[in-house]
Amino acid sequence: MNLKNRNLISISDYNKEEYLYILKLAEDFEKNPVQDVAKGKVVATLFFEPSTRTRLSFESAVCRMGAKVIGFSDASNSSTAKGESLADTIRTVSCYADLIVMRHPLEGAARVASEVATVPVINAGDGANQHPTQCMLDLYSIMKTQGTLDNLNIAMVGDLKYGRTVHSLVEAMSNFNTTFHLVSPESLKLPSQVKMHIKRKNLKYFQYTEIPDVMDKVDILYMTRVQRERFLDIQDYEKVKNSYVLDKSMLINCKPNMKVLHPLPRVNEIATNVDATPQAYYFQQAQNGVYVRQALIAAILGLK
Amino acid sequence: MKKELVVSAIKNGTVIDHIPADMLFQVAKILDLTSRNTLVLLANNLDSMKLGKKGIIKCQDLYFNQDEINKIALVAPSATLITIRDYEIKEKMNVGIPSYIEGTVKCYNPKCITNVEKVTPRFDVIDKSELKLQCRYCQKITKKETLTFL
Ligand SMILES: [Zn+2]
Repeated sequence: MNLKNRNLISISDYNKEEYLYILKLAEDFEKNPVQDVAKGKVVATLFFEPSTRTRLSFESAVCRMGAKVIGFSDASNSSTAKGESLADTIRTVSCYADLIVMRHPLEGAARVASEVATVPVINAGDGANQHPTQCMLDLYSIMKTQGTLDNLNIAMVGDLKYGRTVHSLVEAMSNFNTTFHLVSPESLKLPSQVKMHIKRKNLKYFQYTEIPDVMDKVDILYMTRVQRERFLDIQDYEKVKNSYVLDKSMLINCKPNMKVLHPLPRVNEIATNVDATPQAYYFQQAQNGVYVRQALIAAILGLK
Repeated sequence: MKKELVVSAIKNGTVIDHIPADMLFQVAKILDLTSRNTLVLLANNLDSMKLGKKGIIKCQDLYFNQDEINKIALVAPSATLITIRDYEIKEKMNVGIPSYIEGTVKCYNPKCITNVEKVTPRFDVIDKSELKLQCRYCQKITKKETLTFL
């Protein structure tokens, strides 16, 4: 498997074998996180919009591999603020770095960057569109907790209409004979464009409106937030808002192997009394992000 | 019996036939015919076996490039393009919706990079009959109802 110089813009840029290769590398980094394999390399982290969590996760990954980081954490102190085009910024940074990690508020920005960059580009989020490294770390967390990605029952809970992490995860997990349990308010159901990925593989999906309906059926409960702004009518939001909050008391009849995942940051959709239960896995999930990003950087730089 | 011509013939140029009647002015608009300094003849609501009512456009000394033909195809996929030389039909072709479109249509997504930076929009046509164009950048789908031309 050779992923050297490959961009990672969308989860569909990589196939099933390539996901599995990255997950295997990540496992290796988890066992041995400090590996000087990227010594002398420079990774640019270009955050045209702030995202402290994602940036620190990437920078931690880079540092643990012995490489150096250049970049900015906010477009207001970058050349973009002076009116430079995205393409020109990327062309310039290509001269300074071996790899570009970028986050941008506009959808499709990372794809544009990959077309002009002379070094590979990793998309760390382009607006509401894609955030493929989040998806990779979700896959890794599922594999770590279940021992496999194959033949699982996965519940996706919350805002399934707008949640980009949900869309990518459905697309990626459709490669592994997953049965999907989709729990959302009526108005925030999974879009048909995303359901196509499930249908194309002849997989099953079921739709629900209440979390307890899936509790005894699933191996993974993937929580996302239902945001007030997504409702046209505030009364509709008030009616459903408490249905999408996971509380410890709801876990009583869950399967013994069941784990709760969440892309973080959490607001109130998982009660803090869940944190100490054996089902809570969302903080380890964030930790896994560093290993997965190490694996991706190593593979794309051609070091592994 | 020879059919009488409703619109007089042109010597050289292009005839766009079989335009659905309700799309005639749309086609004229996207080809920017109002600002051309040449003879342009339009006729609408002509009887048509194929369409019921059709429109036809004749353009003296005008020939269309692939980009313009793509635009015609998007609003009037039934149209026929006829090239005329010295009053004779030189070439006849059906416009067809291509599977890939570049630089013709705007992405409907206001948060798409192509609407903010100088980036040529590019689309894969994922459904020709319903006309659904998927943006290669933001991946959002521009539909017939949200179609605007650059
Ligand atoms: Zn777009």
